Amino acid sequence: MKKIDAIIKPFKLNDVKLALNDAGIQGMTVTEVKGFGRQKGHTEIYRGSEYTVDFLPKVKIELVLPDDQIHTAVEAIIKAAKTGKIGDGKVFVYHVEQAIRIRTDERGDAAV
Amino acid sequence: MRRIHTQITFCLVLLILALLPIGLMGQTPSQASPGLEQRLAALETAAKNASPINTGDNAWMLTSTGLVLMMTAPGLILFYGGLVRRKNVLGTMMHSLVLMSLMSLAWVVYGYSMAFGEGHPLVGNPMQYFMLKGVGANPNPDYAATIPHQTFMLFQMMFAIITPALISGAVAERIRFNAYILFMLLWATLVYFPLAHAVWGKGGLFNWALGGKIPVLDFAGGTVVHISSGVAALVCAVVLGKRSGYPREPMLPHNVVFSLIGTGLLWFGWFGFNAGSAVNAGSLATSAIAATHFSAAAAALSWCGIEWLLKGKPSVLGVASGMVAGLATITPASGFVSIPAALLIGFVGGAVCYFAVSHLKAHFGYDDSLDVFGVHGVGSTVGMLLLGVFANPEINPALASTFIVDGKPFPISGGFTQFLNQLKGVLITAVWSAAVSFVLLKVIGKLTELRVNEEDESLGLDLSEHGERAYND
Repeated sequence: MKKIDAIIKPFKLNDVKLALNDAGIQGMTVTEVKGFGRQKGHTEIYRGSEYTVDFLPKVKIELVLPDDQIHTAVEAIIKAAKTGKIGDGKVFVYHVEQAIRIRTDERGDAAV
Repeated sequence: MRRIHTQITFCLVLLILALLPIGLMGQTPSQASPGLEQRLAALETAAKNASPINTGDNAWMLTSTGLVLMMTAPGLILFYGGLVRRKNVLGTMMHSLVLMSLMSLAWVVYGYSMAFGEGHPLVGNPMQYFMLKGVGANPNPDYAATIPHQTFMLFQMMFAIITPALISGAVAERIRFNAYILFMLLWATLVYFPLAHAVWGKGGLFNWALGGKIPVLDFAGGTVVHISSGVAALVCAVVLGKRSGYPREPMLPHNVVFSLIGTGLLWFGWFGFNAGSAVNAGSLATSAIAATHFSAAAAALSWCGIEWLLKGKPSVLGVASGMVAGLATITPASGFVSIPAALLIGFVGGAVCYFAVSHLKAHFGYDDSLDVFGVHGVGSTVGMLLLGVFANPEINPALASTFIVDGKPFPISGGFTQFLNQLKGVLITAVWSAAVSFVLLKVIGKLTELRVNEEDESLGLDLSEHGERAYND
């Protein structure tokens, strides 16, 4: 089992969700987050004064999948979220120790 | 039960119908036609007993009273509340709301009397109308001959509420509530009431229409309301110091939509503020509304246009700020100038205020958080001075003959002499307000802390001062 954290541009969320569905992957957790990397912030103007806003709105997608699905999922996310411009985001993959479905007490791959 | 009710109602209706002819009979005129003498006598009696109250004037002035109160809440509380960060929205709204109560009480006890009682050129006698004694249904012919004195008192009270409320924008997000209350009460007592007397009170120093020495034209409160509050705001911002993190951290408006709704309410309320200052419902009120409206329109265009040219985007808050700047600019001039002059005044006001807010503030580095000085102080100074140039006796015929020097009428109209008089009015108001505000802050600063501590400031005034949060989910 592995976990994918993908931080993407908010407007790409729907594309990524559809791409994952098409790849046969169901279920994900989505959070609205703020952050910045190389993209830095952007400028806002209030009453003639410019302010640099460092933290930009992003969306974080979390998925936990059996090892054999990881490659497909990562490729689907990258393909759908790419615009080629700075600020497209990043994908992280981690090992997962254990997964338990609360309702049935199933463990491991059966639970994800 | 229901049937019994219906029956009772039916019986009552019948009874009223039966009584109707008796009532009508009483009103039937006597058959004999009266002679000329009799009719003339009746006319004389009627004229002698006629009420001095003009119900049309009174209706407009009561409406204006409501409109000016509406400028404070919900107008100003939304305008200011939207411009602060979300942790300070309640505290900021509270600053204006609480004055609706505090200033009303001060007004009843001694405020109205200090402003509109007779006495010294700089302050009215606080005992003359103490507890509003003698302020009733009869008009006060000096101030407003066709409406109850009480209406005039109520209308003026709304100005005493919004003026200190304007200052609150400069101390937003950091002042302690108890220091705020103390400052506002003393400021109104030592700055607002005396200034209102000097400009509008009988025998006031600047009152060109009622025995003043320097004819300073100020139709609806350019000096009394906007310059006094704008300058006090600047002093407060400097003495209190910057918000922690300013200007390094961006402190962005948490809800521009609030501010836009507030702008609309302010513009609407300003019709009462300026046209109500005609204290009647005649053509002068119309002319004041026209000047007010066109100035705001022109100022919005100039502010937004400059911003578009210099920053590349026409911001919505820019249009709104320009509108408020245009309204503050035209306030002193609204009952004295033609429509083309009002357009020009607004256009200049919008541009000057833009640079005051974006450049002047940054250059000197003071933290006038919501730009009270840049919009109200600077805008109304522009309006006062341009009024000295454009004051027009054709718009306001009182200018031709009301100001008395050595027992003779002295006509006032736009020109260099009046420009200098306006400048005197602006300077005396500014120095007065600045000096008293500075001393008050220093004295209050000895008695109690002016600012919340750094931890509370970072927590936000909503929680630290009021124990509440505006948005709970």
